[in-house]
Amino acid sequence: MILRRLLIANRGEIALRVIRTCERLGIETVLAVSAADRDSVPAKRADRIVEIGPAPAHASYLNVAAVVNAARTVGAQAIHPGYGFLSENAALASACASSGIVFIGPTVAQLAAVGDKLSARRHALEAGLPLVPGGAVANLDEARTLAASIGFPVLIKAVAGGGGRGMQRVESVEQLEAAIDRSTAEARAAFGDGRVYLERYVAAGRHIEVQVLGDGERVIHLGTRDCSIQRRYQKLIEEAPAPLLEPEMRAAIESAAVAFAVHLAYRGLGTVEILLDCERDCFYFLEMNARIQVEHPVTEAICGLDLVAEQIAVAEGRALGMVQDDLRFEGHAIECRINAEDWCSDFQPSPGRVEHASFATGARIRVDTHVEAGVEIAPFYDSLMAKIIVHGDDRAAALGRLGHVLHHSTIRGVANTLSLHRAIIADPTFAAGGMHTGYLEQFLASRAPLRAPAPLGGPP
Amino acid sequence: MQLDDEDVRAILQLLDAATFDELQIETDRFNLTLRRTGAAWTRESRTLGVPREWVPPPGGGTVEAGAGAATPQAIPTGTATEAATATPTAVVTRTSERDRLVAVQTPLPGTFYRSPRPGAPPFVEVGTRVEHDTVVAIVETMKLMNSVYAGSSGRIAEICCADATLVAQQAILMRIDPEVP
Repeated sequence: MILRRLLIANRGEIALRVIRTCERLGIETVLAVSAADRDSVPAKRADRIVEIGPAPAHASYLNVAAVVNAARTVGAQAIHPGYGFLSENAALASACASSGIVFIGPTVAQLAAVGDKLSARRHALEAGLPLVPGGAVANLDEARTLAASIGFPVLIKAVAGGGGRGMQRVESVEQLEAAIDRSTAEARAAFGDGRVYLERYVAAGRHIEVQVLGDGERVIHLGTRDCSIQRRYQKLIEEAPAPLLEPEMRAAIESAAVAFAVHLAYRGLGTVEILLDCERDCFYFLEMNARIQVEHPVTEAICGLDLVAEQIAVAEGRALGMVQDDLRFEGHAIECRINAEDWCSDFQPSPGRVEHASFATGARIRVDTHVEAGVEIAPFYDSLMAKIIVHGDDRAAALGRLGHVLHHSTIRGVANTLSLHRAIIADPTFAAGGMHTGYLEQFLASRAPLRAPAPLGGPP
Repeated sequence: MQLDDEDVRAILQLLDAATFDELQIETDRFNLTLRRTGAAWTRESRTLGVPREWVPPPGGGTVEAGAGAATPQAIPTGTATEAATATPTAVVTRTSERDRLVAVQTPLPGTFYRSPRPGAPPFVEVGTRVEHDTVVAIVETMKLMNSVYAGSSGRIAEICCADATLVAQQAILMRIDPEVP
């Protein structure tokens, strides 16, 4: 089957990203928009738009019936769900199947297998991957018992989670109840499913992930990424390949990721997340993300593939056009996420109108953004404004280029994290590479006296 | 035709060989400005054109999904009249009395929640005694749950917005009577 018309059920930069590949492939795009996004940049660039509901995501981008109806109405053969929203929603995938629409993503069974983190753990165990000690908790008593056996600090995670929503570190048994309430509320708001589970908190860990691609029969990996620069489990900087890994460790992590995907007979693009325990020098399976990810451009930079085009090829029913040995990884790539947040005031979100946005441009520089002067950053959706991606022959070259790009890029009108990224990459610890996931918290704490006091919103 | 990074790079190569410091290109689809400062080029673009609505083909189209459900969301601003209509449980106080009440405003726009989770009792009710650091509500902005603190001690005199409604930045969520012990 050859796709001719595609419905994009997403917004922001990823909607533009999908439109770009579709234009190259000659596929007509219809963008599903909420009432708030009718005049967005991707709405102007898509071939057509179709409104699927009011601004709040639950009534539009998270509304399975509205999305499927829109696809049927416009005669789209397939739906690209992007990331977030319904991208890993088994209900959407099965609604597509019963309407004869291709869901660009894995099968319903695979989504169910990895979408629920507890089920993902079971599959990882079957595929022979090591797991972080932990498990499900149905109520506070179970949580207390499990946390006591694992030992504090523990992590609370959303069973239906992703993107750090609903995830929290808990230091002591006294904090457990409030933390579980909060995680449950965030998980319910973000995913419509409030279930949570607990895991051991690894004090000195690195977040490594492996991009995998399968056609339902064969699976290849597209190398590692390091996403350890996080704040409250939200990634800020990602790089590919993961730096400073012993070759044996890198190979073991890549093989584990492929083994997991092979175990599922995985079809489509996915990411296997790994926690590298630096103290014990071992790794654990964390979860699998069954979608394209925000940070996919760093992988594209080092392997030279268009991952959206690969997703579409698999969705069209084609076999992978390459074997593992065909892939060559070149150089090093780094991505910075520029968010509408005031990092000097505890990362308070900063919705509003963008007055000016300009970015450095040139060879081996890529900026994926839906933001330009006049664009309104709405409070309904996440705060990602732009991704700056640079590529270099090695990490030092990429870092040098990143410094140049950040220095020559400007966004005015809303608070943003450009200056935070400038500060981070100027830090010698970051320049050395291989940071733990606790790095950013320490970095911010060390700079706290330099930052403005928190305004409204904090305890007086 | 859509402009992408490769097109911009090709244009830059042409410019590098020339002496221009600024180039502006405008088509009916986009406006692109490239500026040179020293050896650095920056890019600023505006997407032009109007989004094109899906139009059912003549004769065979069905009604557009979801279009009927799209209603503009009014954002409550927290003024007295709107508060009174927004929530039937709100106690509407007289103006003279209101002068001494302290407003609890939301630092961020977002969705106002009165309880920590659906079905749970609200953080506070009218009459609840609060301290400076009592959490009185949650405002969800950009998918994050932000606690709203009372900010002063006293008793909740008025709750100005209905649960799970959109609130504008600085909207008054509640009023506290600081003189009630």
